[in-house]
Amino acid sequence: MSNIITVKDMNLWYGDHQALHNINIEIPEKSITAFIGPSGCGKSTFLKTLNRMNDLIPSVKITGDIRYNDADIFGKDVDVNSLRKEIGMVFQKPNPFPMSIYDNVAYGPRTHGITNKAQLDEIVERALRDAAIWDEVKDRLKKNALGMSGGQQQRLCIARALAVQPKILLMDEPTSALDPISTSRIEELVMELKNKYTIVMVTHNMQQALRVSDNTAFFLLGELVEFGKTDDIFSQPKDKRTEDYITGRFG
Amino acid sequence: MKKNQFIEKLIHGIFLLLGLITVGCVLLITVYLVISGIPAIKEIGFVDFLFGKEWASTASEPKYGILPFILTSIYGTAGAIIIGVPVGFMTAVYLSKMASPKVKSVMQAAVSLLAGIPSVVYGLVGMLVLVPGIRKVFNVPDGASLLAAIIVLAIMILPSIIKMSITALDAVPKEYEDASLALGATPIETYFKVSVPAAKSGIAAAVVLGVGRAIGEAMAVMMVAGNVPNMPDSLFQSVRFLTTAVSSEMSYSSGLQRQALFSIALVLFLFIMLINVTLNFFLKREKE
Amino acid sequence: MLNQSLSPKRKRYEMTMKALMLVSAGLTAALVLFLLVYVLSQGIPNITWELLSTKPSYLTERIGILPDILNTVYIVLATLVIVLPLGVGAAIYLTEYASNKKMVALIEYAAETLSGIPSIIYGLVGMLLFSNSMGTCLMAGALTLVIMNLPTIMRTTQESLKTVPQSYREGAFGLGAGKWRVVRTVVLPGCVDGVITGCILSVGRILGESAALLFTAGFAHAVNGLITGLTAPGATLTVALYVYAKEQGEFGVAFAIAAILMVLTVIINFAATLVQKHFAKRRSI
Repeated sequence: MSNIITVKDMNLWYGDHQALHNINIEIPEKSITAFIGPSGCGKSTFLKTLNRMNDLIPSVKITGDIRYNDADIFGKDVDVNSLRKEIGMVFQKPNPFPMSIYDNVAYGPRTHGITNKAQLDEIVERALRDAAIWDEVKDRLKKNALGMSGGQQQRLCIARALAVQPKILLMDEPTSALDPISTSRIEELVMELKNKYTIVMVTHNMQQALRVSDNTAFFLLGELVEFGKTDDIFSQPKDKRTEDYITGRFG
Repeated sequence: MKKNQFIEKLIHGIFLLLGLITVGCVLLITVYLVISGIPAIKEIGFVDFLFGKEWASTASEPKYGILPFILTSIYGTAGAIIIGVPVGFMTAVYLSKMASPKVKSVMQAAVSLLAGIPSVVYGLVGMLVLVPGIRKVFNVPDGASLLAAIIVLAIMILPSIIKMSITALDAVPKEYEDASLALGATPIETYFKVSVPAAKSGIAAAVVLGVGRAIGEAMAVMMVAGNVPNMPDSLFQSVRFLTTAVSSEMSYSSGLQRQALFSIALVLFLFIMLINVTLNFFLKREKE
Repeated sequence: MLNQSLSPKRKRYEMTMKALMLVSAGLTAALVLFLLVYVLSQGIPNITWELLSTKPSYLTERIGILPDILNTVYIVLATLVIVLPLGVGAAIYLTEYASNKKMVALIEYAAETLSGIPSIIYGLVGMLLFSNSMGTCLMAGALTLVIMNLPTIMRTTQESLKTVPQSYREGAFGLGAGKWRVVRTVVLPGCVDGVITGCILSVGRILGESAALLFTAGFAHAVNGLITGLTAPGATLTVALYVYAKEQGEFGVAFAIAAILMVLTVIINFAATLVQKHFAKRRSI
């Protein structure tokens, strides 16, 4: 299995405050990678660096090297919009647009220039099926997305991200705002999705990381403390700090 | 103890009365306008009054048709909206989403200033800059025209439109915009395809507010529109609005002519009420 | 894959929208700048001490705007003195006393309606209500302006009352204070900033008002004291501007007045922002 993302010696500052220290990581393709660690450890910041969402904050400064399939994502000729098309994102709080379900999913493809109705229909259906929500919404595609339940909204957001056919899906604590049943549905869905996509997921919930991920990275105070197979990290952590965290001694 | 309770009740009653003053004022205004506006309409005839094409209040055989005023007010307002809304809307999107905080605060101060300038000052500048300008540019005998009024009104409604649109656009949750950016849309695409639709009720309210301002403006229009009761057949026609029809004859009118002026005010009032209802509709939707 | 730049169509959209935004914002900025520079440059050379300190005289064919300045001051004072207790009282009723939601909605709806009514209609109704009984005079104009400014004072006071923490009221009630005492000691001091903001906004509105005053306060130019002034007809600065520009073609004087009004508008806007900032800071501490 090849690595789709390779990060070398990456540092990130918010103004004068260094939020990430010397991060090195290789994320394998078509797998689920979980980022765990206490709040404020930098895991979300790091996730948002991968599709350059941090660019939007003016005071952010980044050094080091991040490669997506061997291409430097900060390269001069890189178009950030096409990067984000390749690397999609699902947010912590479900954030469907205040439009119809159909328009939500069609938003991405339309943005990228697809106007043909039949083609759009097909993309929308496939994305909704991939996100395991098609059966629930197929009769009300024209209804406003804000009328759905929280869990449905989050799956719609996943469908919306899938509709632009990304290679990677970044998920920033995608279940933290959801109830247990919705959470388990999303977890099942994520495990399905790894057959087609690479998933990188920030989670607060260690059980979730253990249940769904193949690899786990543990962050602490802006450092990547340990990264490896999820089973190894949870059964025989190499670093004392990792052990303390997963055994619940802090965090 | 009893005395205290009495005082509390009395004070409660006083405040209740104060609270009801606004309601009383609205009722008073409505009743006065209706009572003083109805007689002339009755005498002239509803259809002749509203749809009469000729206004000649001081002729030996006076004619009281206010269609020219109604149409002028509608055309003038529509023209102001056509020019003012795009400019105001685009300015609002720029200030709300793209401008640096410094530019935004300076421009907001400038827009507030624009809102605070008295209408007679707009009228004065219009009289001395716009009216001669139109005469020269379009080579017409007199620049005091519908076009001049439209331009002045467009400028005068800009601040309401900009301010209200900015409020609506600023209130769009950042999560929507983040989601759009994460899908590979550019910031500008995001603003127009996500932020603007999400703020559409507020922006619609801004437009309606602009309509209200434009249709109610009297003094500035009085100074630049030429004030002749013509049908508004062309942009360069000297015209009279509903508002200016009232103000231009009020000081020397009497009898039926004066009553007819009150009827015009009543018509204007009804227009405004209609606009208020529409505005409230959009504002309520914006809140949801 | 990543260096795929925007399609021509998207690029065009970007450029068009950006250009439209910049042009619009530029136009707005240029407009404000032009109005400011034009009015001041035309007006300031015409402002002389003589203009400010005398009244018009047909004998010497001289125009002075002292009466108009005084009239403006009188009408501002009279309006504020009447509208403040009414507006503040109404706001207190809404936030402290009213328990019936429908009543609150009705009053707020009425206030919104009032703020949407154009000044020419106020002028007309003011004429019917006040001038027909007390004669055309500054007081009739002031009463008309009271109705117009009621919603402003109400709204700003209400907004500041909403920021008085509920715990203050509960604290006072907990000590056994009656409602009126709580309102007097806890609520009223809390709405000072709203009242001040409301006053500044109202002064701005009164200074700029003309249509509502034309038929209520008239357009005489006599120098009077406050009391006689209020019972006599008189033009405010805006009305004088209108008369000099439209009826008499005295554009120099009109621009002088316009420049004065412009400077006052700038000062008022500045003061309003300053006051709001000041109180916002104090509140956040």
